[in-house]
Amino acid sequence: MSTNSILDREHMDIVIVGHVDHGKSTVIGRLMADTNSLPEGKLEQVKAMCAANSRPFEYAFLLDALKNEQAQGITIDTARCFFKTEKRHYIINDAPGHIEFLKNMVTGAARAEAALLVIDAGEGVQENSKRHGYMVSMLGVKQLCVLVNKMDLVDYSEEKFTAIKDEYTEFLEQLGVHPTAFIPVSAREGVNIAASPKAEMPWYDGMTVLEQVDDFRKLRGDADKTFRLPVQDIYKFTASGDDRRIVAGTVTTGKVRVGDAVRFLPSGKESVVKSVEGFSMAPQTEATAGYATGVTLTTQIYIKPGELMVRADEPQPKVSRRFRINMFWMGRPPMVMGKQYKLKVGAASVSAELAEVIQVLDASELSSVTNKKQVDRHDVAECIVETTRPIAFDLRNELETTGRVVIVDDFEIAGAGVILESLDDTGSVMAEHIQQREFAWERGLVTNEERAERYGNVGKLIILHGEYGCGKRRTAKQLERALFDMGHKTYYFGISNYFEELDHDVRTRDRARENHLEKLGDLARVITDAGSLLITTVTDADDYDLERLKMMTAPIEIFVVNLGENQFDNFPVDVALPYRPEMDGAIKTIVDTLKAKGILLK
Amino acid sequence: MNQLDQLESKSIHILREAYREFNNLCMLWSIGKDSTVMLWLARKAFFGHCPLPLVHVDTSYKIPQMIEYRDNLAREWNLNMVVGQNKVAIANKQTFPEGNLTRLECCKALKSEALKHTLSGEWERMRLNHKTGEYEVDSNTEPYTGVIVGVRSDEEGSRSKERYFSPRDRQNDWDVDDQPPELWNQYKTDFSPGTHVRIHPLLDWTELNLWEYIQRENIPLVDLYFDRGEGTRYRSLGCGPCTSCVESTSKNVDEVVEEIRSGKFANIAERSGRAQDKDDGGGLETLRRDGYM
Repeated sequence: MSTNSILDREHMDIVIVGHVDHGKSTVIGRLMADTNSLPEGKLEQVKAMCAANSRPFEYAFLLDALKNEQAQGITIDTARCFFKTEKRHYIINDAPGHIEFLKNMVTGAARAEAALLVIDAGEGVQENSKRHGYMVSMLGVKQLCVLVNKMDLVDYSEEKFTAIKDEYTEFLEQLGVHPTAFIPVSAREGVNIAASPKAEMPWYDGMTVLEQVDDFRKLRGDADKTFRLPVQDIYKFTASGDDRRIVAGTVTTGKVRVGDAVRFLPSGKESVVKSVEGFSMAPQTEATAGYATGVTLTTQIYIKPGELMVRADEPQPKVSRRFRINMFWMGRPPMVMGKQYKLKVGAASVSAELAEVIQVLDASELSSVTNKKQVDRHDVAECIVETTRPIAFDLRNELETTGRVVIVDDFEIAGAGVILESLDDTGSVMAEHIQQREFAWERGLVTNEERAERYGNVGKLIILHGEYGCGKRRTAKQLERALFDMGHKTYYFGISNYFEELDHDVRTRDRARENHLEKLGDLARVITDAGSLLITTVTDADDYDLERLKMMTAPIEIFVVNLGENQFDNFPVDVALPYRPEMDGAIKTIVDTLKAKGILLK
Repeated sequence: MNQLDQLESKSIHILREAYREFNNLCMLWSIGKDSTVMLWLARKAFFGHCPLPLVHVDTSYKIPQMIEYRDNLAREWNLNMVVGQNKVAIANKQTFPEGNLTRLECCKALKSEALKHTLSGEWERMRLNHKTGEYEVDSNTEPYTGVIVGVRSDEEGSRSKERYFSPRDRQNDWDVDDQPPELWNQYKTDFSPGTHVRIHPLLDWTELNLWEYIQRENIPLVDLYFDRGEGTRYRSLGCGPCTSCVESTSKNVDEVVEEIRSGKFANIAERSGRAQDKDDGGGLETLRRDGYM
């Protein structure tokens, strides 16, 4: 064996699925034993344990290493085993067949490049044979090989094998899945796993399981697709004397080079790649699919973790708050409408709601139910989901990796799906909320003009914006004092401070912020309509936050004072102040601008 | 991308994910090769920096070179080094080497218990002051809610069931039968108050992968892993009284890689020199359930 051969040897993740007791673990045990992939003594150890407990030895026991698992005699989790052939190193994920363990099966299948689906020759096609076939295709596993196991129990009957092959092929065709092969085996007897079954099944002239596994293709080409990098984080380790501002993440597809113009979505900010960064490695000028990397940019732009970095010269992803997805649900409580979930796509996570259930598919029968209002555990459903703010994504059939979402319910990943279509915002939950609110709004006998004349100002929401510690609260309070002393009708609304504290707590931040901005919008609509100058502070907002506040307070718009560096891309800031401004000057500038814009009338 | 590139990128992705999502995050550093590779990967993930505290549980029976190596590297790489210990058990001689506990009881007291209370902040944490070079009582007593651990799924049975992000409840319990799904680079990063999450960036690595990576990256290891002229070396590091050397004349990383790849250890389990495994019939599961790493 040459020194580099192992590094160059291919590596592949495969998953083994199928109905409970159809013999998946036995197949793996055999694969490991027949490829000499077991640690020395392991086989003997398990054999001795079986002898001590007066149980016949089974290859499956090799995998069922956990005590409680052996007690129950079924595979509970996805156990990962390693085996190697001359061609490759394999990780084989043993996915449990019981429906209760669907999330374990999903975990195993989602990381696989190919799947072995085991069907018992005696029992034939069962519910989970179908469900797993469906899930494997939805999870994006491109290669599927069907093993018809326990052929020894049906006297290696070609008829039995062909019957199962025909029935299951028909099922797969409905899904548009074309299996690479059907292989008759007896894992227990070691027939057709590594050794050719000439004696037992002279009628079979296809590959053994091991030959088939080595024949799976290594799917390449991610580097040739459109460039996508979900931004995990932005690092600046200034305290350690490092001034680089590094946009970090893993390239999911495509490549980007130094000098490429890039765009970040959903914010839409643009820059150019200045360098590709790394530690203890040769200098790089490009980052390609699969690599966890980092880049610096030629300009200082404010982007947040969760944005999708794309190349300006390539096809752009979709940006939307509403989309149609195909998903399956693993959570015990069903997915229902009117409840807030967290949706994760790429590196982004946002609050989301179920807007509509289009149809629920019975995975085993492939029949659809269209009148459901919720998605139950183990359902596969097509539905419309709405997020509280726009996210960037691709459609599943255009760029699979960035077209996948998971849905978190009560701290757990409960749903997973692929995006089929991007939908427009009209009819969104927020637009509906505003419409209803305005529809129900009954006006009194006093007009806005009369109020303005009495108070010397028109109603307006004044937002002081800037990062933590920039002095916006102090400025807001002084502004209230100054405007009040000038005789205006004004009020400083200080509850935002609470959310500023929360701002450092990532887990609760997003949801709390969304709620707060929504409430602020509704409140400001009332108070500004009553003719007041409502002053409040907001931390670390983006264009979308301000657009939304503007929409919620319409027709009376917002007045934005920014302290420190301006993080907004397009949204116009009315007054730009420095970080921790000198107070008298700051108040004067704000008041002058309010006068110039006709907000203060005297 | 070769296999090491793939493993490296996946581990880095997981480390960055953990760093973004957890406010009180730490990394366990046992001084052994696995967690040292993990530390190296952290420096890769954070572009030469290690912005997380490294927690070491000192049983007081660690081989002395390990502590020396730990503190040298901590100074050289400017690491935020935190050390915990079961001072009461050690002071009262409630240990296996003192003859008062079995091996497993000793592991539980000096490792599991010490770790649990160090992570929760209930027991004193000692932090390296880089200015004085001394360890001082750490004023931070907040519990760590995310703990990065260098376990690998090929080590023994129970570890092959682990997730990359694995929740533990208040009692540190690991509910093996009901684990969260992981798919498409999405992990369990949300957790209810009182629980914490263990993060396992090395889950997919094998012993050979680690050594090949150590070779490729030129990662400095404690020299106990190599034969220093006596024809023996450590293959796995632990406490002196319960860890034995293996017969080997491998003097450097290249020789160890060759030895593991094709030589005498190709088919012998790595932890075969760790006495506590054998005392715990079903692998490390009893210890693991109690929070052993």
